[in-house]
Amino acid sequence: MNTAEPGSSPAAPHGGHGEAAPFSALLEDSAEDLYENAPCGYLSTLLNGQIAKVNATLLAWLGYTRDELVGRRSFSDLLTVGGKLYHETHFAPLLSMQGEIGGVALELQAADGTRLPVLVSSAVKTSPAGEPLLIRTTIFDARDRRAYERELLRARQEADLERTRLQALVTTLQRSLLPPALPAVPGLETAAHYHFASLDEVGGDFYDLFPLSQNRWGLFLGDVCGKGARAAALTSLIRYTLRAVAAYDPDPVTVMGALNAALHQEYLRDYRNFCTAIFGLLTLQGNGFTLTLASGGHPPALLIRADCTVAFQPTPGGQLIGAWGDARFIATTIRLDPGDALLLYTDGLTEARTDSAGGRYGDGALRTLARNLAPTTAVAAVAAVTALLESFGGGLDDDAAILALSVPLPQATRTETGRSGAGERPAGGSASPQHQDDKHDDHDDHDGSNANKHGVPLACAVSRDGA
Amino acid sequence: MGDTGRFARNNVVVTGCEDKPTLMLAHGFGCDQNLWHLVAPVLARDFRVVLFDHVGAGRSDLSAWEPGRYATLNGYADDVTRICRELDLRDVVFVGHSVSAMIGVLAAASQPGLFGKLILLCPSPRYVDDAGYRGGFSQADIEELLEALDSNYLGWSAAMAPVIMGNPDRPELGEELANSFCRTDPRIARAFARTTFLSDNRADLARVTIPTLILQCSTDAIAPPEVGAFVHAQIPGSSLVTLAATGHCPQLSAPEATLAAITAFAADPRS
Repeated sequence: MNTAEPGSSPAAPHGGHGEAAPFSALLEDSAEDLYENAPCGYLSTLLNGQIAKVNATLLAWLGYTRDELVGRRSFSDLLTVGGKLYHETHFAPLLSMQGEIGGVALELQAADGTRLPVLVSSAVKTSPAGEPLLIRTTIFDARDRRAYERELLRARQEADLERTRLQALVTTLQRSLLPPALPAVPGLETAAHYHFASLDEVGGDFYDLFPLSQNRWGLFLGDVCGKGARAAALTSLIRYTLRAVAAYDPDPVTVMGALNAALHQEYLRDYRNFCTAIFGLLTLQGNGFTLTLASGGHPPALLIRADCTVAFQPTPGGQLIGAWGDARFIATTIRLDPGDALLLYTDGLTEARTDSAGGRYGDGALRTLARNLAPTTAVAAVAAVTALLESFGGGLDDDAAILALSVPLPQATRTETGRSGAGERPAGGSASPQHQDDKHDDHDDHDGSNANKHGVPLACAVSRDGA
Repeated sequence: MGDTGRFARNNVVVTGCEDKPTLMLAHGFGCDQNLWHLVAPVLARDFRVVLFDHVGAGRSDLSAWEPGRYATLNGYADDVTRICRELDLRDVVFVGHSVSAMIGVLAAASQPGLFGKLILLCPSPRYVDDAGYRGGFSQADIEELLEALDSNYLGWSAAMAPVIMGNPDRPELGEELANSFCRTDPRIARAFARTTFLSDNRADLARVTIPTLILQCSTDAIAPPEVGAFVHAQIPGSSLVTLAATGHCPQLSAPEATLAAITAFAADPRS
């Protein structure tokens, strides 16, 4: 106040009677009074925790007299038992290591047993030489704040619980859109796998395999646009349409046409209501099956022959299902003989990111994988692709569905060789069957029956890769 | 030292003299190896000192924490013996503070060959009262502690995790944090609190066959003197030393006395 402003007279500090009243009121707010009656509690404790000094505010909050606390009790005596545990395991060690600690939520226990939620900050006062002398603690009444925080905590716990419930619901719904198990088809090995991209949303991929008559089965696999509740409702519509139409007329072109008509009505309501799908009619014939396929905008099935030829099965002419009222579908028929396998998949597999630069797995890599597997079975192919999907880790951000079919080799062959599926070594074979010379002979025969002749399933992946 | 296996998992730090006896210092619930910062540098003059963080604490690998493995103290004891084996340690003098005292008891009971001596700093084999036994706490008290933990982790967020997990590129991050020493993922802290305060290792004490020192404070709200006396009575041939110290962390509140007691027992060829 006495740093005279420019132009002010030397007498100025003593003048100005008009402003004396507020100024003297301030003078009366002594440091001592500020300490005693501050709007927060003050507490000074010795290093062993014993209370050395406490202000009137804190005494009033707690209902203790000064004599009951000073020299008799320690700070942690004022805490609840749980608070004491927290004080000893967290508060005191941190204060000792850092010299201060701030904003710790604790509860004080008043003389009458009531609890006062407070926020506590402490600092160690040191001598000029740095020796710790005592601990100064400031205590704020935190009843309102703690009630609010408790509310937040409760809300978070509730949100966590809701999320768990939602995930359970999603899982249940997802299961209802997929067959719980594939039905047994005599003379056919089948396997499927579904990769869920999210626990919180129902995925948009679907597949099914179902009997139509004694020797005919329908199968499909597809992908609706998007995910979540709308996608789930659409998937449900697609599944029941496909199964109902196929029961009436299983011709794949008819089935796809009917699905397109049904979906197009949904598409007119919401432009996201379309899908890609592949539908197949499987007929038992001799020791194998004929499979008539029609596709609507879906990635082509991968055919892995017993003779190790690997090819994407073209399904020409298919358009996105639902997007056009006059979409046309064309059927194509293939023959599955013993040792042949067919893999259906959604683009979650081929579109998976394989590096940070955004590169995709792609058709070429899938074909190479199939070549290395060939010849294979449905179970082995699905196991290999499942392992591949897992290897993508975070690169797999979409759902992926795979469905595989294979016609097992005749029982006699399998018994003779002790072989029950791809991936196992032929009984009595060397440790590295792929390098056996007779494998090259097998491959070169090209008569389709060499597996039986040698009693060993073909294993021509290496020679074919080398070709 | 290689940055693999237990080293990264438990943030193992080895200091002191390679050719001296080995002291392994294990921190308890609530903090990390920083708790030894006043005594470890002095001990390193006379010993090879092995410091580490329990999985879930300090700069350990938080992703290595599994609820099942760490639901009992055996998971922690298994980590201790694995660290010893990985470092090819023998005749280790294990100094376990608070809950780590019982972790040491379990480790020494299961792998007696690895350890030469045990120093139990403020031990308690059971915190909750039982028929004929006074641990000092009730089940409700432990629930209250969990509530105190919850109240004080409101400021903790997932954004802290990378900082806590160790961020070698940006060390300044760690320094910016108030109370950065002992931050713990609230989920892990809750689980460790339960494992610590609801365990009962009274029956394991008699399985200790190596020389053991019980080091307790004259005033300790968590491990009161009668609990120290119980541990002393249950471990055959053990010694009991009471430090004139207040609180549960004498290595912070009375570092000189703690150092003297640890050094005397660890270096004594007769014990």
